[in-house]
Amino acid sequence: MASIIKLRRGFDIKLEGQAKKENCVAVHTQTVSINPPAFRYSTFKLLVDVGTEVQVGTPLLYDKKHPSVVVSSPVSGEVVAVHRGDRRVLQEIVILADQQQKHIEFGPLNLDSMDATTLRTSLQQAGLWPLIRRRPFDCIALPDENPIGIFVSGFDSAPLAPSVDFLIKGHEQAFQAGLHLLTRLSQAPVHLGIHAAQTQSAALLKAEKVQIHRFEGAHPAGNVGIQMHHIRPVNKGEAAWYVHPSDVVILGRFVLNGRCDFRRRIALTGSELKEPRYVDTFLGASVQSITAGEFSGKKDVRLISGNVLTGTKVNSEGHLGYYDHQLTAIPEGNDLEFLGWLLPSYPRPDISRSFLSGWLKNRVYQVNTNTHGEERAFVVTGQYEQVLPMDIHPTYLLKSIMYQDIEEMEQLGIYEVSEEDFALCEFVCTSKIPVQKIIREGLDLMYEDSMA
Amino acid sequence: MKFLKDRIIEWRPHFEKGGKYERFHTVFDGFSTFLFTPDSVTTQGAHIRGGMDLKRTMFFVILAMLPAFIFGMFNVGHQHYLSTGEFTSVGEGILEKFIFGALKVIPIVVVAYGVGLGIEFFIASRKGHSINEGYLVSGLLIPLVMPPDIPLWMVGLASAFAVIFAKEVFGGTGMNVLNVALTARVFLFFAYPTYMSGDMVWIADKPDTYSGATALANSIQGSTGFCTTDMFLGFIPGSIGETSKLAILMGAAFLIFTGIGSATVMISVLIGAGIMGLIFNAIALNDFMRLPFWNHYLMGGLMFGAVFMATDPVTAAQTERGKWIYGLLIGMMAVMIRVFNPAYPEGIMLAILFGNVMAPLIDHFVVQSNIKKRLARA
Repeated sequence: MASIIKLRRGFDIKLEGQAKKENCVAVHTQTVSINPPAFRYSTFKLLVDVGTEVQVGTPLLYDKKHPSVVVSSPVSGEVVAVHRGDRRVLQEIVILADQQQKHIEFGPLNLDSMDATTLRTSLQQAGLWPLIRRRPFDCIALPDENPIGIFVSGFDSAPLAPSVDFLIKGHEQAFQAGLHLLTRLSQAPVHLGIHAAQTQSAALLKAEKVQIHRFEGAHPAGNVGIQMHHIRPVNKGEAAWYVHPSDVVILGRFVLNGRCDFRRRIALTGSELKEPRYVDTFLGASVQSITAGEFSGKKDVRLISGNVLTGTKVNSEGHLGYYDHQLTAIPEGNDLEFLGWLLPSYPRPDISRSFLSGWLKNRVYQVNTNTHGEERAFVVTGQYEQVLPMDIHPTYLLKSIMYQDIEEMEQLGIYEVSEEDFALCEFVCTSKIPVQKIIREGLDLMYEDSMA
Repeated sequence: MKFLKDRIIEWRPHFEKGGKYERFHTVFDGFSTFLFTPDSVTTQGAHIRGGMDLKRTMFFVILAMLPAFIFGMFNVGHQHYLSTGEFTSVGEGILEKFIFGALKVIPIVVVAYGVGLGIEFFIASRKGHSINEGYLVSGLLIPLVMPPDIPLWMVGLASAFAVIFAKEVFGGTGMNVLNVALTARVFLFFAYPTYMSGDMVWIADKPDTYSGATALANSIQGSTGFCTTDMFLGFIPGSIGETSKLAILMGAAFLIFTGIGSATVMISVLIGAGIMGLIFNAIALNDFMRLPFWNHYLMGGLMFGAVFMATDPVTAAQTERGKWIYGLLIGMMAVMIRVFNPAYPEGIMLAILFGNVMAPLIDHFVVQSNIKKRLARA
């Protein structure tokens, strides 16, 4: 096996409320939603209306620019709401889920005899294509591009992140079939990143037809973008594809059974949940159904679809995002703290050794959403570098975005990054600079310049 | 605390946009956020943030300067009583020395903070942005690099000059090119050289008959004129905060231990100075060159500059490799200026300012090498 890629820079934020693997049960979700804002840079058009009966696999939306790319319904049932935002931009399509699921039959795929074009078409018809995303830009893979590689990160290092071993447990065969499918979509190799010490699942350790890369190090080592950077960085004009391991399972089930099956295992995490655990439910499940009011209920709670670093705020009537495998509940931090900058009244995680927490690497924290300070100009240097295991100068990249110099952004490596890779930079930033927002603005600019 | 907290919440609306005292928003904001970390929550990006902010960073730098500051007050008194011949041994008249020193130093600190912060508050409220914490450090650094006999109006003038022309015209904390405190010092050095150099200014209220020459000035003759222990502990004349290498090293240890100061810069400045000192020892054309190189660490402001001024993250090089080059450059320049140009005995001041000016260029080359690597890969 190849040597271990050791990442020395990074930081694990250890939080209360890790999901327990016991008592993982299937939970029926009353409603499911598709949130088109999750699909960056795509303009989706509706194919259904309120009242339309749909089955699992019925196309709900199609991409205006690439009409072959559709998003299909993850459940069977009835479309009950279509929410639009400013300028009638689609925000959410809500489907009331049947108790008994009805599926559209597409027929199993024969991976050995079908060619790449046929396989791509099948995935697009079934509405599974959006599960395959690309760097740069973190958007749905273009239907006819040739990637330099397809990357699957076999571990998630984010705070309270679900264990990928456990997400694919019981679906090992489908996982392998999904990987096999990915190898057949293009000439490019499929790269599977695993954690050198933590990955235990045989499905990951002994995955076939893929190149396995072993990583070691703290978050963001599990980010697929960090892994790409060390395996095969993206250059100008290139694209790399990536798929989440749970979605590899969904693709694999399509290969084996010939129908879409959007069931996902979700980690319910965070200090404000009575019982952090895993549930088996559907993509886009409703928060209410899966948590059933299990909050500790003492304080204002922030619900996050995803993890605390990169997730999206949802309310208790909301739904999980299309690409999210985790729900996090933490207290809001809307309280004044007397001399909080000098004498913290409760422990908080930080890389700074000016806090006791900078020295206690294994302490577990209850965190809240307080900003712990106000936004300032860039002052402290070298902080971002401590948590960004990439050969990139983060401050220079951020500044080039702020003054919108597209050429310099390219030179400094904008194609290799995404805001999730910079989430820790934002967390540690003394000046509380909105790092992720700036990175996305840079990517937006690049997208307009090169793709639109 | 509850009382204060309730008052702040009660009064806050008056200072916000549209409130009665909108004009004083920045002042209210400055004081209230000092007392209470705001109740603001994350609205975008990461939902949680680390505990570190600029207030804490700056306060820890002030903590690191305290040993040098406290010792400086004592030494101002000690040097004075040494010159008058009243309490010639270190242990004698400690209280008197402290009181004498405090009466000299505290007014300088008050003036430096008062003038600097006054200007900062005024500009912040005119521009409507929040008050930055950067001057909390500059305001203490300025007194520490002044001779004890400096007239207070000069401190005020220099502080005003530095805040306005070194910082605010560039856009405030984080945007300045030159170290603010050093700009204040260099301004006085060139505007009023007689108050900033020579043998008369380093001991407060000394009798004219007593020699007040510093180790740096003596070194032209090839000897510092002080014993090594005194130079290390700081019982020598000099700027208020620079004399005790022990106190400065305590501050350095604290900054490195807490991770707030860059160890890279400190170490590279000292290495740079050592290299240059050794080169001069090898050439040995005059008495100053022959002075054993390690004396450079013990005299003048080299150590103080390396620990508290070269490390200023805004004006130093920002890349890790850049910091090495920047530090080496400063250390070498400092010793070179000392030895080649006795008119400017305090080489570290000009060397750091030179380093500040060169830092963006150094970083530029470091970043360019990263860009070249990326282009070569494609």
